[in-house]
Amino acid sequence: MSFSQLVPRNAPVQLINADGKANSDDSYATASPAALAEGYRSLVVSRRVNDQCNALARQGRLAVYPSSHGQEACQVAAVSVLDDGDWLFPTYRDSVAVMLRGVAPADALTQMRGDWHCGYDPSEFRVAPQSTPLATQLIHAVGFAHAAVFKGEPTVVMALCGDGATSEGDFHEAMNFAAVFHLPVVFFVQNNRFAISVPFAKQSAAESLAHKAAGYGMPGEQVDGNDLAALLAVLGTAVKRARAGEGPTLVEAHTYRMQAHTNADDDTRYRDSEEVQEWVARDPLARLRKYLRSKNALDDEKETVFAAEAEEIAATLREALNTDIRPDAGELFRHVYATSTPQLDEQWGSLRGELERSEDGAQS
Amino acid sequence: MTILQENPLQVDTGVETLSMAAALNRALADELAADDGVVVFGADVGALGGVFRITDGLTARFGENRCFDTPVAESAMVGTAVGMAMNGLRPVVEMQFDAFAYPAFEQVVSHVAKMGNRTRGAIRLPMVIRIPYAGGIGGVEHHCDSSEAYYVHTPGLTVVAPATPQDAYSLLREAIRFPDPVIFLEPKKLYWAKGQVDTSSTDEIGKARVIREGTDATLVAYGTSVPIALEAAETAAAEGRSLQVVDVRTLSPYDDATIDAAVRSTGRAVVIAEAPGFASMASEIAARISERCFSWLEAPVRRVTGFDIPYAPPKLEHFYLPDVDRVLDAVDSLNWDN
Repeated sequence: MSFSQLVPRNAPVQLINADGKANSDDSYATASPAALAEGYRSLVVSRRVNDQCNALARQGRLAVYPSSHGQEACQVAAVSVLDDGDWLFPTYRDSVAVMLRGVAPADALTQMRGDWHCGYDPSEFRVAPQSTPLATQLIHAVGFAHAAVFKGEPTVVMALCGDGATSEGDFHEAMNFAAVFHLPVVFFVQNNRFAISVPFAKQSAAESLAHKAAGYGMPGEQVDGNDLAALLAVLGTAVKRARAGEGPTLVEAHTYRMQAHTNADDDTRYRDSEEVQEWVARDPLARLRKYLRSKNALDDEKETVFAAEAEEIAATLREALNTDIRPDAGELFRHVYATSTPQLDEQWGSLRGELERSEDGAQS
Repeated sequence: MTILQENPLQVDTGVETLSMAAALNRALADELAADDGVVVFGADVGALGGVFRITDGLTARFGENRCFDTPVAESAMVGTAVGMAMNGLRPVVEMQFDAFAYPAFEQVVSHVAKMGNRTRGAIRLPMVIRIPYAGGIGGVEHHCDSSEAYYVHTPGLTVVAPATPQDAYSLLREAIRFPDPVIFLEPKKLYWAKGQVDTSSTDEIGKARVIREGTDATLVAYGTSVPIALEAAETAAAEGRSLQVVDVRTLSPYDDATIDAAVRSTGRAVVIAEAPGFASMASEIAARISERCFSWLEAPVRRVTGFDIPYAPPKLEHFYLPDVDRVLDAVDSLNWDN
């Protein structure tokens, strides 16, 4: 592709505006109202999961919860465009996307709950462990895609990160490797305007992160990150390119972290509530609801069904996380190596002895 | 180390005389041939065959899919190896020099070492990171670091440091077949030293070895310090003192059993390593011996290590490197009047 073909549009792709009205677009098609209604159902469930998890964090049932409230359209779209055999490489803020891939909500929250680091088998769901160090997972995604091509498998890899992660060296290295080896990776940056407290303006002097793509020799696109229809179209196109052997794409979604970084953060210290309110007006759920209502693809009955489904998942989460678990101290030693070492056996023996003595002491 | 004369190929027995560099090359070739999932990559490993020629001829023989150059970005080399290992391959990554591996440190410590534990063993990473390490070659800054302490301090890594062509061959093959990630430290000073290599012999990661019997004191060494220990033992023998030499071979997990038994048999120990001594592998070995063999010891455990300074420039490195005299001085201090 020529350089000019790699450069994204100057404005984000938007198919449904904040008022729920359709935009016409020459390159990207809007999904059918029926398909978007299914997407809306996922948005409703995702929003409820985010809010339930925030509540559970406040109650101390989760050690921490980085919410994707406001970014649900990105979460839903990233997963919707993938085939069953494709892989997702998520960050710590993408718990909802992990659940949408089929991981049981409580298992997806194992890390946030604090009883282990990753609570699901990545191979079973084709979801890598949620990455906490920024941008490091993008490189794993590239290597995973490299192996898929090596084996002749049609896997597409969806690699997620935020705007803060684009400042990391690993972001650059991942993009460069993927482009040089022409790998089937979609880099999906959810630019939610904040890296904890640092605003995007201090993260990058560039207006658009998507334009970086051209510098690596891959196409980039920017998209309204609160417009599910646009996200499905842009990410779907990138996945199609990857599967056809046309290499990686960088997609930047302009969205907004509507809540604090985590429950441990206080966002009133670094941003005005007016700014948050501006983004509430662009909420991904509200605009799609308006659009679907105008297309007669959503009625009260359906909304009731969706809400009930969301409540059911929230109840499942509450039940699972309100059950006390008894951590297994032996597990701390069991998985460090495929075959344990004499030193670890000795250390676990020592800890086990301590635990047995304290149990004996408690009983006597 | 015994430097042997070049012998013609002895195909029948599989025993040949090879330099360590050639032995490593052979190990890579044999594993590439044995397992279609093995891939070798790094900077300059393709057409050039590596700056030390360890990958010489592999691209020509196995193709660019199996042995290839990547952009110069060590974090991505190691990080893509993680992704490949997650997806069923057995990547072998070359870091060109010890200090050039530092950009990959986050990947090594945060992911390579932790993925198996993080996923409760659902994903293990069968990958090898080869690192030419240590000095004694007249290298300029950033080319001569002994970086083993960073890796052995990290739970989840297996760290191997061979000292002979045979161990280089056998242990690299084992490392590639190993279910967990292996940091494979190659003593670049010994790349050109030759020895007999039996390509049919197998070995086991995690085992130290007594490589010279002796009764008066035990020298514990690995990598570049092994030939120094052997030479010191030879010199001491001429002076009437019998020194045993143990090659640690696998630094982590560490073989307490073999090393404890050796030290207990002599009652005296000197640990020799090229890295700065403070908070080092040598310190760990000395501490373990002191803790586990105290009742057998006739003298405090001594360490002969590099000084606690950045590695010396080429014309000053002879001041820095542990040598036979320093080892023998340490041996002389082991309470022989008791």
